Amino acid sequence: MQKVSQQQLIDKAVSLLADGTVSCVLGWTKGEFDYDITPALFTDEASLRQGFVWNDFCGANFSKYLVAKTRKCEGKILVFLKPCDTYSFNQLLTEHRFDREKVYAVGIPCEGMADIDKVKAICGDGISSIDCNGEKMAVQTIYEDAPVQVDASSVLAERCINCKSKKHVAYDELMGDEGDVIDSARFDEVAKLEAMTPDERFTFWQNELSRCIRCNACRDACPACTCEVCVFNNPKSGVENKSPANSFEEKMFHIIRAFHVAGRCTDCGECSRVCPQNIPLHLLNRKFIKDMNECYGEYQAGAEVGSRAPLVNYTTDDLEPGEVFNGRDSDA
Amino acid sequence: MQVKEFKPLIVAFCCNWCSYAGADLAGNNRLNYPAEVKIIRVPCSCRVNPMFILRAFQRGADGVILCGCHPGDCHYTSGNYYTRRRMAMLFSMLDFLGIERERTRVEWVSAAEGAKFSAVMTDFAATVKALGENKRLEDLRCKK
Ligand code: SF4
Ligand code: SF4
Ligand code: FES
Repeated sequence: MQKVSQQQLIDKAVSLLADGTVSCVLGWTKGEFDYDITPALFTDEASLRQGFVWNDFCGANFSKYLVAKTRKCEGKILVFLKPCDTYSFNQLLTEHRFDREKVYAVGIPCEGMADIDKVKAICGDGISSIDCNGEKMAVQTIYEDAPVQVDASSVLAERCINCKSKKHVAYDELMGDEGDVIDSARFDEVAKLEAMTPDERFTFWQNELSRCIRCNACRDACPACTCEVCVFNNPKSGVENKSPANSFEEKMFHIIRAFHVAGRCTDCGECSRVCPQNIPLHLLNRKFIKDMNECYGEYQAGAEVGSRAPLVNYTTDDLEPGEVFNGRDSDA
Repeated sequence: MQVKEFKPLIVAFCCNWCSYAGADLAGNNRLNYPAEVKIIRVPCSCRVNPMFILRAFQRGADGVILCGCHPGDCHYTSGNYYTRRRMAMLFSMLDFLGIERERTRVEWVSAAEGAKFSAVMTDFAATVKALGENKRLEDLRCKK
């Protein structure tokens, strides 16, 4: 259950529409099922009351949508931002990707989002409805008479288990607390991989990356990937939209994707969330973040507007490329 | 049957202002470096983006080395400082994916260091030769 209710958000949106502060509302709405919530743009009270949804499945990070929407909409857009979304919001502002004046941001607290695969692992397939409003999540399947009661904490998404911050770093208005940066164990998985031998790592990634179908969802959802024309769309690049021909292309796509967001990735976890093949993309991003933290000092993309990312910065006494391996097992 | 000796293919990206001139000097001084090293001249070491390195492997390189001016001496003042960070991160990522870390290297070679150029290339070629063929970043379609 989320701290702020769906009703409270709708009321807030309706009142901001009514007093003319904003002219449209970027929100979530139900998709085919209760758990595949999709983003939607609302412009009037009736549609808000009918379609606006806020529950444990509203994982979509809206920051990126502002890039396109602020150009289209007349007047201000109301956007609700979870703490992790605010980092992406700042990062986009740092890169001058949208006009801050055209956005009214309301920070909302987040108790963590649910991973539908984990729900399905408990309740099985055939889910007809999910009610997130009670203490526990009530999951109704077409095979059972009564809904199964699921503990929200047991179906928390990986990125929310390892949430780095409950702090809102950007907003015009807050509903609830500003929140705090929290300790997370988000680099543990990366460290585990680092401790493996190169052969084990190679096998691990071969297994993971070979599942990629190159749907490009990871790129499309990523709030750091906002180039109008992406290298992966360029037919001359040889890596344009098409399923990977072999293991080289898989690796190339993933190295380049992760590299292009290195230093700008806020670790929001959208890429891993949207991947239909459940490839742990966050491990690649976090590897870069961890390395940069260790080599160039702690840096959190999006923590403040205007900060300079490590890869567009330097000092004259940076370590040499060969030295990144110093102190690591030279088992290679 | 005679086993053919493995000759590694090495791609060396050399910046125009220092390392390429360093290679020239090596030639003028009649210093040898392995014939397997193929030099690609780039305006500055920071012209090399990660894709270049991957592409070189795709097209059959067994090792890729990037040479630029010494830090502080870049013709464009700061290009190689960016190169340094970028390549450190890229190499670490390649290692994370289980690719041999000896296959990639960055060296700073000035226009006056013909001897260093020759020594670096000889050493790198020997290292890559000992590693054997690049299997982990190969693209079978590009194999002849
Ligand atoms: S979302 Fe997953 S399957 Fe799709 S391109 Fe990205 S990694 Fe590949
Ligand atoms: S790479 Fe993934 S975690 Fe990083 S900003 Fe993009 S979607 Fe978020
Ligand atoms: S010109 Fe040689 S590294 Fe920049």
